[in-house]
Amino acid sequence: MNLLHIAFRNMQQRGLASALTMFSMSLGVALVVVVLSVSWVVTESFERNSNVGYHLIVGSKGGALQLALNTVYYLSQPIEVIPYEDYLELLPKEQRAAEIRRIGGRVAEPDRAGEYAGFTEGGFAIPLCLGDYLGPFRVVGTKPAFFEELRWGRSSENEYSFSSGRNFVDYSEENGFFEAVLGSLVAKEMGKKVGDTFKTTHGDPEGEGHGIAFKVVGILDSTGTPNDRAAFINIEGFYLLEGHERAYEDQAHPDELKEYVERDRADEAEPLPLEKRDLTAVLVKVGQPLFAIALQKRINKQLQTQAISPIKQITDMLGTFVRPVQLAFLGTTIVVCIVSAISILVSIYNSMNERKHDIAVMRALGARRDAVLMVVLLESLLIAIGGGLLGWLGGHALTLLAGPAVEARTGIQIGFLNTITQLEWYLVPGLIVLATLAGIIPAFVAYRTNVSQNLGS
Amino acid sequence: MLNVTNLKKAFKLPDGTSLPILHIPEFHLDAAEQAVLVGQSGGGKTTFLHCIAGITAPDSGKVEIDSIETTRLSEAGRDRVRAAKLGYVFQTFNLLSGFTALENVRLGMTFASGRHDLKRATDLLNRVGLGERLHHKPGALSVGQQQRVAVARALANRPKLLLTDEPTANIDPANQQTIIDLIRECCQAEGIALLMVTHSSEVAGQFDRVESLSDFNQVLETASAEA
Ligand SMILES: Nc1ncnc2c1ncn2[C@@H]1O[C@H](COP(=O)(O)OP(=O)(O)OP(=O)(O)O)[C@@H](O)[C@H]1O
Ligand SMILES: [Mg+2]
Repeated sequence: MNLLHIAFRNMQQRGLASALTMFSMSLGVALVVVVLSVSWVVTESFERNSNVGYHLIVGSKGGALQLALNTVYYLSQPIEVIPYEDYLELLPKEQRAAEIRRIGGRVAEPDRAGEYAGFTEGGFAIPLCLGDYLGPFRVVGTKPAFFEELRWGRSSENEYSFSSGRNFVDYSEENGFFEAVLGSLVAKEMGKKVGDTFKTTHGDPEGEGHGIAFKVVGILDSTGTPNDRAAFINIEGFYLLEGHERAYEDQAHPDELKEYVERDRADEAEPLPLEKRDLTAVLVKVGQPLFAIALQKRINKQLQTQAISPIKQITDMLGTFVRPVQLAFLGTTIVVCIVSAISILVSIYNSMNERKHDIAVMRALGARRDAVLMVVLLESLLIAIGGGLLGWLGGHALTLLAGPAVEARTGIQIGFLNTITQLEWYLVPGLIVLATLAGIIPAFVAYRTNVSQNLGS
Repeated sequence: MLNVTNLKKAFKLPDGTSLPILHIPEFHLDAAEQAVLVGQSGGGKTTFLHCIAGITAPDSGKVEIDSIETTRLSEAGRDRVRAAKLGYVFQTFNLLSGFTALENVRLGMTFASGRHDLKRATDLLNRVGLGERLHHKPGALSVGQQQRVAVARALANRPKLLLTDEPTANIDPANQQTIIDLIRECCQAEGIALLMVTHSSEVAGQFDRVESLSDFNQVLETASAEA
């Protein structure tokens, strides 16, 4: 028998009180673990997507954060639009001319290079139109380049791949402009597969339905990015939907300065002409990372258009909103642990009177003062660490249970090990300190116990 | 074996006055000697045993156990000597209620320097007739049985001196004799000196050496002389 054994027996002897205090400690620790796990999932999902695979988002002037939320996460309220000309300005000469001739319509100086073409050489510019919904999911009008040029993953190393079907095309004999690709979660939740059709609703999930249906030609593999939660339709089809053409006079690009360009694809159906097109955002990858800031500065001099860095917005948002909330939660759970430690203190302290005799007997058997002190401290430690271990296991078990749901929403796989955050290792010294503080007062009572006065009879 | 010289002990009362209990010029016990200590209630017998055991620090004087002058040691030093060389059996509540009989005996070994002789613990409990009750807690044992466990525990560390303070006061006469015999036999067998406090003249009568505290405690004379 050693001191630990004696402490364990003392704990056993006060079974119910020990069990209750242990349980309250395990609750506290379980909460800490859950909060840390949730924080990990949140941070992980942000960070996983912080490398969005492009440098800048060009969009309407206004809230930079809202533009980032809309474009990167498909969250927040829909925002103002920018003219299609802003997208053309990002293209090199041939590409711009080809785009103009493919669509046709009124445009200024059709034969020059885009104003910012120098920056995007070696990179790309991909237009996005937001505003429609499929069920609760955002619909993204874009070009096939979205899945051809963009990469995803921590270091943008992964190409998009399809669990079934293929990428949509600009125009096909069979479906015209009306092909769509669904994110993995959208396909699952909406029960759509390749070959199915759907109509989008305008403005919000409860908005009016549009008349023209899109054909699903591909379902994306799950990526754990927000793209799992979006439906992608051909931007040409998007423009042809009711209410999607420009309904105002563009001050920056007055029609009288434009000339009419005949389109060169007379065999295809007629798309929305250039002068009636607006965009929500353009995703821009510059030729060299150094160009990003210069391009951003140039664009931001314009009246209506701005360029933002999505990574900066995401980092700012984490720092301003997410981290403080995480800290507040963590603080609360730590307070729960402290309260449990106090309950350990109260419980052991209350039992000290009954124990004085036992302590005196142990002293009479030759136990030193520091031995009886240690016995009480060890009991406090046993309760705290036993409860802590239970809580730790319980917390991770809870996280594991929530795993499938979290994975479905974020694509983040929750295992027992990968949710163990570094902060958790502080639980061990933390609990030891708490238990020692809780045990020290009753332990000192044990230390001070007068042997001759407490020896029976 | 045990030498007490000029031991003085007085208690401070709440009103600030000092109540002298013990003044023992000389007390001696040989190795393996068995003596009984009698005296009136409140005379200071328990206090005397506590002073010998080092549980209470005397005000002055010398206590020597097995040639170690414990009164010169630190408290921790006295604890060590107590663990290694002394056995103690009290009148009641000897055992820790949360521990089994066997654990109570092994508890006696825990605080001495690292001897965990499980076989001796079991042997001792067999010897006191509780071989079948090793894993019972005190609550499940009769008072007499508990006292036998206490005897076994006091012997666990092969002490040099066994102090017993009215070990049979709460036990019926039949069992009383069993316990006394047990204590005396064990001490004899292991060469342990025994100092037993008792109120029972029947018990006292069985010992060759009977000491009355008032015979060698001079506190009353001094106290009355001062008065
Ligand atoms: N801590 C203390 N403070 C003050 N007085 C004490 C203290 N402990 C004991 N006494 C007093 O010392 C005296 C001797 O007590 P002690 O217990 O040694 O007597 P005893 O001979 O063992 O008596 P009994 O036969 O009844 O057990 C008593 O008068 C008691 O009241
Ligand atoms: Mg007494």
